[in-house]
Amino acid sequence: MTTTDYERNMVNATKTDFNVIGTRPVRHDGTDKVTGRALYGADFDTSGLLHGKILRSPHAHAIIKSVDTSKAEALEGVKAIVTASDFPEVEEKTGEDETKLKWLRDNILASDKALYGGHAIAGVAAVNPHVAEEALNLIQVEYQVLTPVLTTQEAMADNASILHDSLTTEELGKDTGTVSNVASHFQHVKGDVVKGFSEADICIERDFNTTTVHQGYIEPHNGTAFWSADGRLHVWCSTQVAFAVRDSLSDLLDMPVSMIRVTPMEIGGGFGGKIPIYVEPVAALLSKKTGAPVKIVMSRKETFEGSGPTPGSYMKIKVGAKKDGTITAAHAWLAMEAGAYPGSPVGAAAQCVFSVYDIENALIDGYDVVVNKPKTAAYRAPGAPNAAFGAEQVLNELAEQIGMDPIDLRLKNVATEGTRRPDGPVFRTIGAKEVLEAMRDHPHYQSEKAAGHGRGIAIGFWFNIGFDSACNIAVNSDGTVNLTEGSTDIGGSRTSIAMQAAEVLGIPVEDVRPSVVDTDTVGFTAITGGSRTTFATGWAAYEAAQDVVRQCIERAASIWDVDADGLQMKDGSISSTADSELSMTFKELASQLSDTGGGIMGSASVNPGGVGGSFAGNIADVSVDEDTGKVTVERFTCVQDAGKAIHPSYVEGQMQGGSVQGIGWALNEEYFMNDQGNMSNSSLLDYRMPTALDLPMIDTVIVEVANPGHPFGVRGVGEANIVPPTPTLANAIYDATGKRMTDLPMSPGAVLAAE
Amino acid sequence: MRFWLRNRPHPLIAVALVFIPSLMQGLSEGESRVRVEGGNVRQIIDNLDAQYPGFKVRLVEDGRVKPNISVAIDGEITPLGLIEKVGEQSEVHFLPAISGG
Repeated sequence: MTTTDYERNMVNATKTDFNVIGTRPVRHDGTDKVTGRALYGADFDTSGLLHGKILRSPHAHAIIKSVDTSKAEALEGVKAIVTASDFPEVEEKTGEDETKLKWLRDNILASDKALYGGHAIAGVAAVNPHVAEEALNLIQVEYQVLTPVLTTQEAMADNASILHDSLTTEELGKDTGTVSNVASHFQHVKGDVVKGFSEADICIERDFNTTTVHQGYIEPHNGTAFWSADGRLHVWCSTQVAFAVRDSLSDLLDMPVSMIRVTPMEIGGGFGGKIPIYVEPVAALLSKKTGAPVKIVMSRKETFEGSGPTPGSYMKIKVGAKKDGTITAAHAWLAMEAGAYPGSPVGAAAQCVFSVYDIENALIDGYDVVVNKPKTAAYRAPGAPNAAFGAEQVLNELAEQIGMDPIDLRLKNVATEGTRRPDGPVFRTIGAKEVLEAMRDHPHYQSEKAAGHGRGIAIGFWFNIGFDSACNIAVNSDGTVNLTEGSTDIGGSRTSIAMQAAEVLGIPVEDVRPSVVDTDTVGFTAITGGSRTTFATGWAAYEAAQDVVRQCIERAASIWDVDADGLQMKDGSISSTADSELSMTFKELASQLSDTGGGIMGSASVNPGGVGGSFAGNIADVSVDEDTGKVTVERFTCVQDAGKAIHPSYVEGQMQGGSVQGIGWALNEEYFMNDQGNMSNSSLLDYRMPTALDLPMIDTVIVEVANPGHPFGVRGVGEANIVPPTPTLANAIYDATGKRMTDLPMSPGAVLAAE
Repeated sequence: MRFWLRNRPHPLIAVALVFIPSLMQGLSEGESRVRVEGGNVRQIIDNLDAQYPGFKVRLVEDGRVKPNISVAIDGEITPLGLIEKVGEQSEVHFLPAISGG
């Protein structure tokens, strides 16, 4: 146990005049979670339940010549088998829509080609999981094995094996007609980089590689489907977005959304990886064939090999600066693995790579490249950690060569309100400068390093998103309210959203009962992702609560027989601004609703603008074992701009969680691919994620530069915190050893081998 | 606060500043920024296409912005596509859509 002479978790609040917001109440779902009563997808059970298993390709790249299921079907206890041919024909889809639907379907059940080791080929439903597993061994698949391509460099080579004969490179709406593994190329240009580099006194240029890593959620993918005799499909699953499950099933199964109901179960982590669907359509097809509910739960091996990790990448970063530290130009060349089908996060990486800085001349090229690995999925600020690994190391090299403190160099060039990002948009109010200042002033940065330790810093950006959210608030007769919303609660959002409603209503958050409900029960709500939930669903709760306030005032006006214009609702009481005798509490009004016109229910559906991006920075001290190359994180501090921390403990939890995942990405985690393109370490024993025993306490500083685009100033904090750890630790390792690490992970072997 | 709920000023004839992506500047005779009239994204693209033919086919498909392209108005990606309002001094950017995020 260590002691400190400073506050480990600080909140630099700029606005504190709230009753509920900024407090730290006990989460509404806490009791169920800690007592094991919360229901997850794997807990789901119902009468007549069948169990599904999925046959997966042992080859990373192969043509599927035939699939023979006859022996498996004959096995006692097997109820149904499905393959890609069981998807319905969808004749009206044409062109790009047809191609995308084929890719979506083929990632669920491959039709003509297996494109990664672990690619799903067929699904079996049986009376128990053991029979289903046995049946998988009886399915005979004839493959024609092809050469796999596993990295962007391999895939972009002239003689590369091609994954999709129909895939041609697209350049911002223009089909180049070139058959290639490069799905798309784009470019952002600001100013004149040739001129900018010519004005630089110092230029640093390096190449960087990052490997495929998994989000590492503890709960594997799962789904139960029941295709009712009336044609309605009900799915219970672990997802970050029930409505996208519904809509994807609608596309895949060619049925109206109104015939599909998706119930999101509690979720054991997602981090972006539970936005796509995998097992749900297979369970649905099996249920349709059997008339029984079918449950499929992935194993850990399947989760690694058959769901979407975040991509490996190859990047070239060049930055030039004057001797006074002014950055004159920056160029990023980013190629990211999309996995088996197009859609890497390279576009997001390009939006983030230099956006911390006000740079006059910048050029960013991005390439989306298909390779024989699972189709990539989002992972916390997708793409941004890869890009920051390169860019933030180059910044430190510049600072060293110029002889400036690395934070001072960043402050000299930091983006502020009005700065135009290299990809075009202009920043509104942001907190990059405040984050850097908090880092500079933190006791960690001001302290002396221990002998032999190295210290590194870095900062990262994530833009955050808005999108659709809906919320209903029903007033109970005892003055409590039931709040229903559609955002899967991953990090405590249920309570953060309830707190925003409570703030408006002027009631304790304990009087708000929040529920995450199914797609038949609340309006369309987009993903729990993009750091949007507390921002957008919180805004929906704010609007729904305002709706309740309006109705309460009207009801009180009716009871008192006065004009509603002269009434207000504040701190949980309705009162007249003209007559002090006219006053009643929210609870008193609630008890009269049934006698005065019926219940009150507020609702809102929003798609708000005003999204505010977030910046996060790290300070880390490491020691490096000279004999083994093992890096030990001795001290780690995370600073992030939350806009307004609705529930500071949850914000700190996000900051600590993102930091830990970034540390794992930096030091240990990677998909080891063998010569045949198969993953060799698909277990949590061999895929080494950090545990509490590997880490120091992650200290946090919440910076609050209020987002003017949200009623309470919220930005969203789920992602920016995973961006800086990889370059922070690389810079710390350099400080300790003099070795510049250009490849991830910086594992003991890699550190020993580095020069 | 409701200003942020897409209540952008919407004059009858707005003239927005459209930023032309480098990969599309072949259509705009090398121009990187173009003033275009229009009260919403649909009108902006129509008028841009009238001025520099070829933009509409690059940006629009089946009556909507192509799924691989995002439109940012005043720095914010719009989920509304062609019907998003454009203010008199608005900046319009065409960006690659974010995939995988």
